[in-house]
Amino acid sequence: MAMLEVNNLSIQFGGLHAVDNFHLSIEKGKLYGLIGPNGAGKTTVFNLLTGVYKPTEGIIRLDGTDITGKSTIDINKAGVARTFQNIRLFKEMPVLDNVKAGFHNHHSYSTFTGILRLPKYFKVEKEMNERAMEILKVFDLDKEADYLAGNLPYGKQRKLEIARALATEPKLLLLDEPAAGMNPNETQELMDTIRFVRDHFDMTILLIEHDMKLVGGICEALTVLNFGQVLAQGNTAEVLKDPAVITAYLGA
Amino acid sequence: MSFISYLKDGISLGSIYAIIALGYTMVYGIAKMLNFAHGDVIMVGAFVILAAITKAGLSPLLSVLLAIIVCTVLGVTIEMIAYRPLRKASSNLAVLITAIGVSYLLQNVALLIFGADAKSFVTVIDVPALKLFDGQLTIKGITIVTIIACIVIMAGLTFFVKKTKPGRAMQAVSEDRDAAQLMGINVNATISLTFAIGSGLAAIAGLLLCSAYPTLTPYTGAMPGIKAFVAAVFGGIGSIPGAMIGGILLGVIEIFGRAYISSQVADAIVFAVLIIVLLVRPAGLFGKNIQEKV
Amino acid sequence: MKKSLTKTSKNNFITYAMVIVVFVVVQTLSSTGNLSNLLKGLLVPLCVYTIASLSLNLVVGFSGELSLGHAGFMCVGAYSSALFSNVVRDAIPSVPRLIIAILIGAAVAGVFGILIGIPVLRLRGDYLAIVTLAFGEIIKNLINILYVGIDENGLHVAASSAGLKMAPGGKQIMKGALGISGTGAIYKDIKGQFFLIGVILIIITLFIIQNLVNSRSGRAVMAARDNRIAAESIGINVTKYKLLAFTVSAALAGVAGVLYAHNLSMLKVSTFDYNMSIMILVYVVLGGIGNLRGSIVATIILYALPELLRGFSTYRMLIYAIVLIAMMLFNWAPAARTWRSRMVERVKGNKPKKEAA
Repeated sequence: MAMLEVNNLSIQFGGLHAVDNFHLSIEKGKLYGLIGPNGAGKTTVFNLLTGVYKPTEGIIRLDGTDITGKSTIDINKAGVARTFQNIRLFKEMPVLDNVKAGFHNHHSYSTFTGILRLPKYFKVEKEMNERAMEILKVFDLDKEADYLAGNLPYGKQRKLEIARALATEPKLLLLDEPAAGMNPNETQELMDTIRFVRDHFDMTILLIEHDMKLVGGICEALTVLNFGQVLAQGNTAEVLKDPAVITAYLGA
Repeated sequence: MSFISYLKDGISLGSIYAIIALGYTMVYGIAKMLNFAHGDVIMVGAFVILAAITKAGLSPLLSVLLAIIVCTVLGVTIEMIAYRPLRKASSNLAVLITAIGVSYLLQNVALLIFGADAKSFVTVIDVPALKLFDGQLTIKGITIVTIIACIVIMAGLTFFVKKTKPGRAMQAVSEDRDAAQLMGINVNATISLTFAIGSGLAAIAGLLLCSAYPTLTPYTGAMPGIKAFVAAVFGGIGSIPGAMIGGILLGVIEIFGRAYISSQVADAIVFAVLIIVLLVRPAGLFGKNIQEKV
Repeated sequence: MKKSLTKTSKNNFITYAMVIVVFVVVQTLSSTGNLSNLLKGLLVPLCVYTIASLSLNLVVGFSGELSLGHAGFMCVGAYSSALFSNVVRDAIPSVPRLIIAILIGAAVAGVFGILIGIPVLRLRGDYLAIVTLAFGEIIKNLINILYVGIDENGLHVAASSAGLKMAPGGKQIMKGALGISGTGAIYKDIKGQFFLIGVILIIITLFIIQNLVNSRSGRAVMAARDNRIAAESIGINVTKYKLLAFTVSAALAGVAGVLYAHNLSMLKVSTFDYNMSIMILVYVVLGGIGNLRGSIVATIILYALPELLRGFSTYRMLIYAIVLIAMMLFNWAPAARTWRSRMVERVKGNKPKKEAA
């Protein structure tokens, strides 16, 4: 069964069909790309998948469960985590705490336990710290654990966002332009990290990206979106050769 | 007849709220900040008029003009020194707290200069009262002037914002500050102009407020200022007709509450209205609901 | 990882130690007769405002919402507890009575926090601030016309003195704008210990806030502050945690109110006005938004200094205003921030630690 199964997904803003009859199916463990020209509706698809917008029509199934129209919080609990195009970190919090915030629903104790410092507090906090450091190490952020997230350089902020998303123990990870603003070296490094995350965490990943080198380099399959509609879908190499796709990108 | 009399008082008070609310709504719409000190600029305006007439012996007209100039300069200066440096601050609490500080500063400077005792305001507007229904209903001259002033100001502002170049620049800045900047609009100048207009109106509001309720203390502006903000929210912040209608509705509600329920809880009623409006229709009667983009 | 845990607990202990040291020094000065009566009179109010500013900091600093109605919660705590103390004045001895009064004040203020927080926290930023202000004024207005009396038939509540319809021999406790009088007198026997009680309450307040902030719930509160959308995207119920912070803050403000009410012979609602809320906000801002130790220091300095320097009090509010504006500009203006971090770097000698993004 597919990890993510989307059928007939549509949303209208006023009269505008921002996303129209979108469909997608991603097998477990796949690295999948969502591409398309600016304004094609890629981020809107992410917002639909994560419950920021409620679809006008359509069904979204995660690992067989219907998550259509649920709240952002419930969709995250169901197993979808994401990053944002414009980085949204908890800037005034330490790097470590950004990741620990991600554990919110997985390593849990009550507010009272926290205030009264009951034994469970120490036990769970210790687990959290260890696990958070493991995740940070994957992204080479362990040395910056005590820094405020807002003080990290740009590239590391992008990585921290991925780390935080992973902390919520998702089944599906959505990355919105992870390489935006990175130089070629950083992008190359990021590609390795994404691949590593997929293998190490056994993750299914859907990413939006403009950098064709990154998309061609790591995505196994692609969906191309244009004017809110699916223009092409399938194996990466074939999609990138599709004349319709080339036209959409380069203009008529 | 008492009902009509209360209604008239309500509209009169509401017109003053409306003029103050216009200042709030323009500044909020364009600079995207709650200028807490707006009410205190009203107080400054009233004190300038009072001092100019009683101390300097200027004519009423000159005094009012002087007050408008002082308030305009004050408004622009406040914006430049206290608000502009915080426009790109990471926390939007920063400018709000600063505005509270400015409000306190104005009140306490006035306190030092004029003292805490209530001063009685001079008669500036001398218009004969209008007697209707064989003298059963008297409309005071100041009431008539207030209502006319309110309508004229609203019409003038609407024309200015819709039809003139600086007015359209204001709309553009309100819609999208960065885009306006890229289009060659001088954002700082536009915001300064907004503060200038809002503060100039505050001087007029100070004149009308103190003519209708002729006592003046350093705290005179604070409560009407807050209530006028309620009026602006009521009408939908950023909307000029909204501020006017919100102001008048609020004035009527307040006077009716005072008359028919209890004068002690009239303020509570006004604030309860604010809370209900914000919960039922957060964008107010004429406002637009804007969601954060993800 | 261990380092960051010990760092925060070390920080917390410094704060506790600071409070205790100040207490011991003041107590020693007081018992050796080195403290003027004026100063002694300031000690309990200082505790009141310290608790108030600490609790407000929870909302402003950690939850990132501007509340302008903090005095309203103090008011509710003060009145509910003073009412309780007056009703049971002869039935329970002072110490347990005071403890119960504190719990009642905290609970009633906390309930108000929930009731007000539920509608208010749906709003953002400026609107939230103005609505908390509105609630503060409403509470003040309503208590101002509230009359409560007690007679052999039990409690009577009305909106006017005549409306109480008391049996002969009944006693009015709450008299509208005149408030509640004589609460302090009920505690004559332990009056000398009020400073100690105040300090204990400060420590409890610190304990609650520091432990809350450094826990799972506290991280959720701060995550919601830093980025609401991101917090929801990782499964944090933003409204719930904002409400939690708001309620705890209200309850602690209620405790400050209890201490205030029981230290006074006359409790009047007019004290709990907008100016009081602003004054507490000034303490929080000056001490540093989100900095608990700063709140304590700022409260002590800003509250005690003007009281001590005679004649200075005319300028007190003026100086508050200037301090508030200057602090905000210095701390938050992007230009000032860049300048400061450059200065810090120059002093520290170019450490690459605070790389700007």
